[in-house]
Amino acid sequence: MRIVFKTSYMQDIRPWKDGYQLCLYLILLAMVAAAPWWLDDFYLGELTNVLVWAIAGLGLMILTGHTGQASLGHAAFLAVGCYSNVILIEAGVPFLLAFPLAGLLTGIAGVTVAIPALRLHGIYLAIFTLALSVLMDDIIVLAEPITGGVAGKYLGGVEIFGHLVDRWGTPDQFFWLVLGVAVIVTLGYINLLRSPLGRSFIAVRDSEVSAQAMGVDIARTKMISFALSCAVTGLAGALMGLYAGAFNNETFSVIISIQLLMMIVIGGLGSIHGAFLGAIVIGFLPQFLSISKEYVGAIIGSNTVAIPGLEFGIFGVILIAFILFEPMGMYGRWLKIRTWFELFPFYRKDMFKRQKSYLKTERLR
Amino acid sequence: MDNAQLLISGLANGCVYGLIALGFVLIYKATEAVNFAQGDFMMLGAFVTIGLTNTEYIGLPFLLALPLSLGIMAALGYLVDRLIIRRLFGESQTAVVILTIALGFVIRFVAGLIWGHEPQTLQNPLAGKEVRFGGLVLGMEDVAVIVVTVLLTWGLYVFFSKTRLGLAMQGASQNQLAAYYMGIPVKRVQGLIWALAGIVAGIAGILFAAKGSVDPTTGLLGIKAFAAAVIGGFGSLPGALAGGLIVGVIEPFASRYIAAGYSQIAPYALLLAVLIFRPHGLFSQVRVKKV
Repeated sequence: MRIVFKTSYMQDIRPWKDGYQLCLYLILLAMVAAAPWWLDDFYLGELTNVLVWAIAGLGLMILTGHTGQASLGHAAFLAVGCYSNVILIEAGVPFLLAFPLAGLLTGIAGVTVAIPALRLHGIYLAIFTLALSVLMDDIIVLAEPITGGVAGKYLGGVEIFGHLVDRWGTPDQFFWLVLGVAVIVTLGYINLLRSPLGRSFIAVRDSEVSAQAMGVDIARTKMISFALSCAVTGLAGALMGLYAGAFNNETFSVIISIQLLMMIVIGGLGSIHGAFLGAIVIGFLPQFLSISKEYVGAIIGSNTVAIPGLEFGIFGVILIAFILFEPMGMYGRWLKIRTWFELFPFYRKDMFKRQKSYLKTERLR
Repeated sequence: MDNAQLLISGLANGCVYGLIALGFVLIYKATEAVNFAQGDFMMLGAFVTIGLTNTEYIGLPFLLALPLSLGIMAALGYLVDRLIIRRLFGESQTAVVILTIALGFVIRFVAGLIWGHEPQTLQNPLAGKEVRFGGLVLGMEDVAVIVVTVLLTWGLYVFFSKTRLGLAMQGASQNQLAAYYMGIPVKRVQGLIWALAGIVAGIAGILFAAKGSVDPTTGLLGIKAFAAAVIGGFGSLPGALAGGLIVGVIEPFASRYIAAGYSQIAPYALLLAVLIFRPHGLFSQVRVKKV
């Protein structure tokens, strides 16, 4: 086990623990950035998809993982980001300006939603956001002059400094664009978590009453959390639109919202790693299933059978298994494994045991 | 006369929403958790009954299949609690929400696997019969839906407010630890409530399948029933029925009098409005907690 010898207080709030950890992450980043040279175009596309989902997951993670407000409606904000990006580009705004603007607009939309949502807790908030997500579908259809309605919109590629970046034509550059956004968002997230604001997010998540007693302005904190979360989700939505090329009201359905929430739960609520790990599961599960179906079909000797809904069924089972056996998600499991190795042979089973709380109602009648 | 006809069909639909909402409220009242899979439970109840009754499957007589399928649904509800939900005892509500959403996915998948994805109707003795009532033509199924729903809601309301077990269930949700101290077997009570919710979902499913056709995605109706439960105020049984009726009645009127495209928004817009202005429903049971 490595023991970091701290020699200054700054080391406590440094984003990385020591040079070794920093090195590992830089190597990982370099490996991923070099992906276009060691992956073929298909898997590069899939990796890009995973990164886009990871950015969306980071957005939701701010709200759900770190502020404790479960949202079942983030597909609505993906849609806002996607459409505002495209509409701005169509209006002649260059991509480099339209993209952050799309994030900003989505953030503003998030604040607008947050104002009524601030009064709602737990389940009510989940239902509120779920209804938003359902409504967004209809709103996109109704706002046909702006959004193109059911026919949808189409975005071929974007120009950056006179250079066309397109998912199909130049997958390498598109990948780097997405990777760049992912890295910037992740760095921002890490910095957020060590700032007073990030700490107050976590305080609100763990106990609103205690947070209030410590002088945290709950309404303001939740509002900022909504804004940041939606802004990041909006950026992901814009990238998702670019990735898909064509999209309409059904691209951002309620199912996407639910999938997004499940993704960060599988990955591990309350950790940045969780968003990425969850995105990997979401991104590669369909491929994995189709490959294993072919494999099984080859063994049985029959041709591949199509089982509708299989993907969601498997997904549900994985999720149930995670909530039952590993509530902290994949990242939580990884932490346990790592601790086991670091402390070998002193690891004890109950080391990560969580305190159980007994339920009290909010109903008083 | 047209409006009256719309009203009746809306009421019948609303009763089904109300029944699903009743399932939500039952579980919420007794365990303070929300079962997002309640709509899928209903779909499953419908398919179990179809599987027992319809001639292309087992083909049991209707009156024999009825208690049998309700029994299966009760067992299923109990098993879900025993095997899955009980392990989450003492975890956060959000975990239960996400778990039940996942459960819904799995139920939908299994139902599709067993009964296929074609819409199916329950063969029942009431099918095709009509009641004429002063110029109104009512389907016998619609009447049955309304009558059964009202009776069931009333029965459950009495059960919760008058019987020992009902009060024990309420106590268990209001403060689990205190309920333990008072000698209420909290876990067993939870299991019973899930079985009860399974039965209610089964009844809703049977009525729904008798009225129209079901397919595995019917469970998504749960979202609408959810709106109903929220509008009525989670935690109130008559409120759930009232919410269901409101949503059910709004739908046909909205699709008739409001421009197409806007009409399907109506229930959700109402839901949002209720959440914004009366965050805990029209029949609220929550007071603000003061520190």
